[in-house]
Amino acid sequence: MLGQQLVNGVMLGAVYALIAIGYTLIFGVLGMLHLAHGEVFMVGAFVGLVIATKYSGNVMLALAAAMLATGVLGLLIERVAFRPLRGAHHLAPLATTIGAGIALQETARWYFGPEQQGFPSTIALTLWELGPLRVSSVQVFILAAALLLMGAVHVFRARTRAGRAVRATAEDPVVAGLLGVNVGAVIALVFFVASALAGAAGVLVGLAYNSVHPFIGVQMGVKGLVVMLLGGLGNVPGAMLGGLVLGVLEVLGVAYFASSYRDAFAFGAVMLMLLLRPEGLLGLRLQRRD
Amino acid sequence: MLIQLGINLILALSLYFPLSAGQLSLGQGGFMAIGAYAASWLTASHAWPWPVAFAVAALVAGAVGALVGLPALRVRGIYLVLMTMAFGEIVRVFFLNFAPTGAAQGFRGMPFVTSLPLVAALGVATALLAARTAGSRMGRAFAAINRDELAAEVLGIDVTRAKLASFTVGAAVAGLAGALWAHYVQFIEPEEFGFARSVAPFTFVVVGGIDTFWGAVAGAALLTLLPEWLRFLKEWRLALYGLAMLAVMIVRPQGLIDHRLLRALRRWRPGHPREVAR
Repeated sequence: MLGQQLVNGVMLGAVYALIAIGYTLIFGVLGMLHLAHGEVFMVGAFVGLVIATKYSGNVMLALAAAMLATGVLGLLIERVAFRPLRGAHHLAPLATTIGAGIALQETARWYFGPEQQGFPSTIALTLWELGPLRVSSVQVFILAAALLLMGAVHVFRARTRAGRAVRATAEDPVVAGLLGVNVGAVIALVFFVASALAGAAGVLVGLAYNSVHPFIGVQMGVKGLVVMLLGGLGNVPGAMLGGLVLGVLEVLGVAYFASSYRDAFAFGAVMLMLLLRPEGLLGLRLQRRD
Repeated sequence: MLIQLGINLILALSLYFPLSAGQLSLGQGGFMAIGAYAASWLTASHAWPWPVAFAVAALVAGAVGALVGLPALRVRGIYLVLMTMAFGEIVRVFFLNFAPTGAAQGFRGMPFVTSLPLVAALGVATALLAARTAGSRMGRAFAAINRDELAAEVLGIDVTRAKLASFTVGAAVAGLAGALWAHYVQFIEPEEFGFARSVAPFTFVVVGGIDTFWGAVAGAALLTLLPEWLRFLKEWRLALYGLAMLAVMIVRPQGLIDHRLLRALRRWRPGHPREVAR
């Protein structure tokens, strides 16, 4: 029983982590919150749904299409909601991203309708019994895809030239620019990567819970913020760990406590975290960029 | 419609108070829920007269605001935003599980008291309070803290007291907005006080302009009426509402109303009453 819950928790946590990595990458380079990130996640879920329905349950194709579509959407959001406001009051991008989020939600509602929709049942589902654990192929796919993407982000940041530019920009955009980093391009790249990760998370959540609707992004977006905070703002490994912690905490909390208190765990953890350890689980120093 | 506008105006002003001292709260929905539930519980379950219930509701919300504001003094900027957001969600989960006020089923039975004259009177009173505060010693302390907290402290401003005061007043005003809302719709449920409700006053204030309380007034008016004006667009209405918000911020990142605009208006109409915000 406990093992089964842990499997579910890790799966949920991996999805949270994908969303939080996006938040934290963007916060890292801009020092700003992207409040339409949950809606990018929602768009990813819908694109995945459409492609999977059209191409008879090809989840790999759906995942790739959703990531590409949300990546481009992220570029668009950066262009419209962030770039014109560089140098403006630091609260202004919060308002523009809220506006963009409302527009995305309403467009999705107009196009897909407000009802919940499920992925096509043509997706092959096999159940494996690993001792006392029951794991479905969908769960394995979700976990594998999430871990693979997180590994890719890590390698990208740690090993590639572009990744180094991203880290330099996060450290100090002005100095990075002086040293020849194209800061504008780095920010665009970060938005593409962050949004593609959110889009992938959308497809994975759609597969896991088989329910996609225009407003799934709201709560997911808020949870992503919580995870980013647990990991420490701008801290990518922290976001991965924070996602797993929150996912396991929620699933165990629902299993052994009460489901109606589910969200209280996340937000109680935030309050405690802010009071006791504002630098996050893995944070070494307190970032003050306000 | 106008009643909703009035309630939104009060809600926008509830955020203006902490924001004028540099504290952004995304938890006003939580304070609104506390005010709404407290007032409703008193009028519906205990048959208290509504003026007393409203006053108690505002006081309770203000007291909770002070309790939250105290630890919140330790965090600022984005951390405060996230902390108040978490607070708002915790309040929602609390009422979702709190049986005496109906838990997830919602709560009903309160009388209809929120008439247009009442909302108008309380809205004007709140706006006057904001106007008086902006010109007062305390209001200048808020503005100084907003600009530079360290410099304000060096100048001898009691930063702790001022920040706590702004946060508490804002919470009490949000509680009042909640009480008004509950006695207008006569049915409340926890889900309506979620994150979206906390975001609403923020968009009012930022779109209207965070420089002066006139911004909160203008933002609440515009963003409450805009969906009505856009009604001819049918199902595209709310999508365009979002895009309009985006467009306003791109054109005027400082919000619709700032000090420059107010000064221009004063010059343009000599004899206009002395402006309080500066």
